[in-house]
Amino acid sequence: MSKAADPRYFNEMEDGGAVRAPYAGLQDWMQDMPVELRTLKQHEAEKLFRRIGITFAVYGEGGDPDRLIPFDMFPRVFSADEWRKLERGIKQRARALNAFLCDVYGRGEIVRAGRIPDKLVYTNEAYEKAVVGIMPPKGVYSQIVGIDLVRVGPDEFYVLEDNCRTPSGVSYMLENREIMMRMFPQLFQKNRIAPVEGYARALKRTLHSVAPKKCDGEPCAVILTPGHFNSAYYEHTFLADMMGLELVEGQDLFVEGDFVWMKTTEGPQKVDVIYRRIDDAFLDPLCFRPDSMLGVPGLMNVYRSGGVTICSAPGAGVADDKAIYTYVPEMVRFYLGEEPILRNVPTWQCARPDERKYVLEHLPELVVKEVHGSGGYGMLVGPKSTEGQIEAFRSKIEERPENYIAQPTLALSTCPSFVEEGVAPRHVDLRPFCLVGEEIELVPGGLTRVALKEGSLVVNSSQGGGVKDTWVLAE
Amino acid sequence: MRLSVSHRTTYRFAEPVRDLVQSQRLQPADCENQRVVDWSVRAEGGQIGAGFRDGAGDWVQTLSMRGWVSGLTVEVAGEVETADLNGVLRGHRETVRPPVYLRHSRATRPSTGLRRLAEAAVAGEETGLGRAHALARTVTETIVYSPGETDAATTAAEALEHGYGVCQDQTHVLIAAALTLGIPARYVAGYLFSEGGDAMAEASHAWAELFLEGLGWVGFDPANACCPDARYIRLGSGFDAVDAAPIRGVAQGVATEYLDVEVNVAQVQQQ
Repeated sequence: MSKAADPRYFNEMEDGGAVRAPYAGLQDWMQDMPVELRTLKQHEAEKLFRRIGITFAVYGEGGDPDRLIPFDMFPRVFSADEWRKLERGIKQRARALNAFLCDVYGRGEIVRAGRIPDKLVYTNEAYEKAVVGIMPPKGVYSQIVGIDLVRVGPDEFYVLEDNCRTPSGVSYMLENREIMMRMFPQLFQKNRIAPVEGYARALKRTLHSVAPKKCDGEPCAVILTPGHFNSAYYEHTFLADMMGLELVEGQDLFVEGDFVWMKTTEGPQKVDVIYRRIDDAFLDPLCFRPDSMLGVPGLMNVYRSGGVTICSAPGAGVADDKAIYTYVPEMVRFYLGEEPILRNVPTWQCARPDERKYVLEHLPELVVKEVHGSGGYGMLVGPKSTEGQIEAFRSKIEERPENYIAQPTLALSTCPSFVEEGVAPRHVDLRPFCLVGEEIELVPGGLTRVALKEGSLVVNSSQGGGVKDTWVLAE
Repeated sequence: MRLSVSHRTTYRFAEPVRDLVQSQRLQPADCENQRVVDWSVRAEGGQIGAGFRDGAGDWVQTLSMRGWVSGLTVEVAGEVETADLNGVLRGHRETVRPPVYLRHSRATRPSTGLRRLAEAAVAGEETGLGRAHALARTVTETIVYSPGETDAATTAAEALEHGYGVCQDQTHVLIAAALTLGIPARYVAGYLFSEGGDAMAEASHAWAELFLEGLGWVGFDPANACCPDARYIRLGSGFDAVDAAPIRGVAQGVATEYLDVEVNVAQVQQQ
């Protein structure tokens, strides 16, 4: 390794000078690669990405939609053992989040039991009055749960946030693998790496499994996109291709009678399941924003009367709100009677006076985030900020305390990455994609994002982040 | 009191439009305040489907018309037996929790004026019911009934600045003022029977419901300075006029729409 590891951070490849077992198969590969070959391969990878057109920013992160997210060829590796524990933790969390959604749109037991404050749930912007009392097929509100994880030690993982609406980035998980296999086939012969290509089949199976009761026969599922100007449009087309499903826009669908129909050259075709990649507010102008041109008028009525399934269910966002996040471990205990396997990052709510006081006194060492923010915008990383930036943030918090939460600055693990001067550790996170339908499924892998700037802890693509292939070694 | 309702909404389009869809909330729900004896919703040429009872206890259904449409008439007719419960809504089956109605919408967004109005109105009032009555009274006195001064998009804050409005504006102001005090409040659309000769204009009516501890949802009609009694038929509720609208519809096309609404509420003389 060209650079000594920083002892403050867990290095996923090295432990006290020795190579950790999962990375053993990469040691020679890394050392045997001359700089010229590496540069050549890097160019090749970039060309491949450009050719397939994968140039979008991870949804909600903003930035130039045609910009290529840097791909780092050095894989991130988990052993079978490490993954087994992660998988249990992720599935547990996905089950608890769905149980919570069923509950707060139903009887609200968790609120009645006093385990979570009623106002936090019922006055939440993401709580949809329109779906109260609706029980979606199989009791699933969030069919695709993206859970953002960071690692701080050999056995210590923290959940940064949950994404219950329409988490994106899964096309990167699949394309990164595809490109690595094309460029380094011998790596995949030498190492036994669990495949991720089953994701598309699993997603289709999940979508079909939540078809409404009124659907008899093979369900028709479609992907609803806001259109080509959306930053994740590539992913929408990619998933439609992989699953062999129609990619539709609002204008391709219409409501008649009890159902939603798709316009086709052979006449109207009934649609049973809609994997929507548009926000709640734009789904149906007759229920939400009256000015929305992206949605389907009447769609929500068909959904609410059981004629179609919308994935994820409108209103699912109340489970992934940053203020609700604090209570996810409580959900695991309340609904599943289990102890949470994955940890939450300790979080201070600025809305609470005593916690706000602590936050304001410790700003230089904390990370402060907007409750509804995403993409690393509107965020303060105390240890990396100037006094001026900290003071500016202080007044923002004082002005609208309920808009902010704070967390300790986590020592994100590092993974070797290719940089100008060779190979150096860079901070990484992980977004696995858990599928919830009749079954709960998790493809062994995920999207690893890497902060390519030296020392940076922000992995978002809008802030100089890149992506890596994520390996889970087979038993 | 037994009331008969006929409610006819006629749409005419200067140029034909395509693919008309409506979400309708046109069916009163049974509760202790009202019992539906007979009710029908008809629309020539339209297909009615996708019906369900929503979490607020209202029946919602969908009208769809494929292809070109140059006009449409939605006809509602029926009879309802009503009771006077001093404005308290009783036996209405709903699952939406009252705190959900602590959120403001575009129309009920708070303003400094609304906050001041609310605080001044309830000063000295000891009970929840007393505060609610005081709020409603203040709104009646502050927003003078005056048709034509405001439009469908006027917000509570704007109506308060004008000092004029119709029942929609008075209701929005009452809801917005209640919300600034942390009282859950919602918009109710319905029908009103008036014994006087000028009943026609106001037969289609709107008022507010405030959630009061110990009583539940209680109606307040700032337009008539009273609480809903046996003359009122409740159709449905929402955060504001748009959310509670008996009919919400769209169609493809940009034609000018001519709308004609005729509502008649009469007392049925029983033998």
